[in-house]
Amino acid sequence: MAKDSPKSNLQAAGEPVFELDRREALPALVGRHEDFLIVSGLAGTSRDVAALTKNASNAYPMGGAMGGACMMGLGLALAQRDRRVLVVTGDGELLMNIGALATIAVMDPPNLSIVCVDNGHYGETGYQKSHTSLGTDLEKMAQGAGIKLTRTVQHQADIAAGARLLREGNGTVFVLLRVNTGEPPDYHRIWDPVENRNHFRAGLLKE
Amino acid sequence: MNDQAQAAGTLTKWQDEVYDLLRRHNVTQVAFVPDAGHKILINRSIADPDVHSIALTTEEEGVALIAGADLGGARAVLLMQSSGVGNCINMLSLINGGRFPFLTLVSMRGDFGEGNPWQFAMGEATQPVLEAMSVKCLRADTPAEALAAVSAALTMVFQAGRYVTVLFRTKLLGAKRF
Repeated sequence: MAKDSPKSNLQAAGEPVFELDRREALPALVGRHEDFLIVSGLAGTSRDVAALTKNASNAYPMGGAMGGACMMGLGLALAQRDRRVLVVTGDGELLMNIGALATIAVMDPPNLSIVCVDNGHYGETGYQKSHTSLGTDLEKMAQGAGIKLTRTVQHQADIAAGARLLREGNGTVFVLLRVNTGEPPDYHRIWDPVENRNHFRAGLLKE
Repeated sequence: MNDQAQAAGTLTKWQDEVYDLLRRHNVTQVAFVPDAGHKILINRSIADPDVHSIALTTEEEGVALIAGADLGGARAVLLMQSSGVGNCINMLSLINGGRFPFLTLVSMRGDFGEGNPWQFAMGEATQPVLEAMSVKCLRADTPAEALAAVSAALTMVFQAGRYVTVLFRTKLLGAKRF
């Protein structure tokens, strides 16, 4: 390929690397989950979070309403300014409502962090390729939306800095965690959205 | 704004009263997609230091925001036009499924006196699709009805935990001029 072709420029900027195992990388990135109030998007990331928290009351795992996780996180972060809110979502879930990143960037709550677990595929429906396997870069979209604190974690060595940003960012944080297509943990999670709401509110609001 | 409402000076007054009602019921998050019918409510929320005023890129974001606010013990309202209701439908499965208290105020297009043919399909479908997702609709054609409906909706939503829309119809708001 010619050195000055667009393709070689893209390679110079770094091709995406989908190598990390989500079952190890996500827990390492999040650390002590009790330090966060967590909302997770449907499918894979709710399995990740259920396994990580063992269905603890500080997490609200979604099983539908695709595209809602980031905005649920925003509503929660604005309501609980003294707590750190973590949204754990997938590439497909985020793509469905990507405009939410612009809404969140404008509000810029300092207690909100978003992790997008990006495996480049729609795992729940049979591992069809998502846009992020085909050229879409969600960290750049988050930057373009106006989120100032962003980072891509795609090598083991990137995890520590990503973990610090999630906890210490003084403004909304977006971390793109690129992983391979390995299955999320097979953990039995609570499916009932009412039970999850009551569980979460009882834990947080002492209802 | 229609001439009648302007002449009576009622348009500003009832919408200010609606905003005050929301605040008396401790609504602290106001989410909206810009809309002429909700201009006063939107501007009041932007000017209010005790309220988070949240401009959305699409209405369904507001549905999820309301659920998140509830998880954190806060009260939110979604302001939108009838066309935006169509953008919310699947996200309402979060409200209906999780039994999250849900309040939305909808400014109607595509009914009384509408001059834009593009507005009719969603305007006419607004109430049926909301009801299909178990969201109750209260309709208001006059300032007095609007205040009574918002007051009733606040009780139904934040006391009984229901999902309620108040439809501000074009008889109340005035049809947009072209």
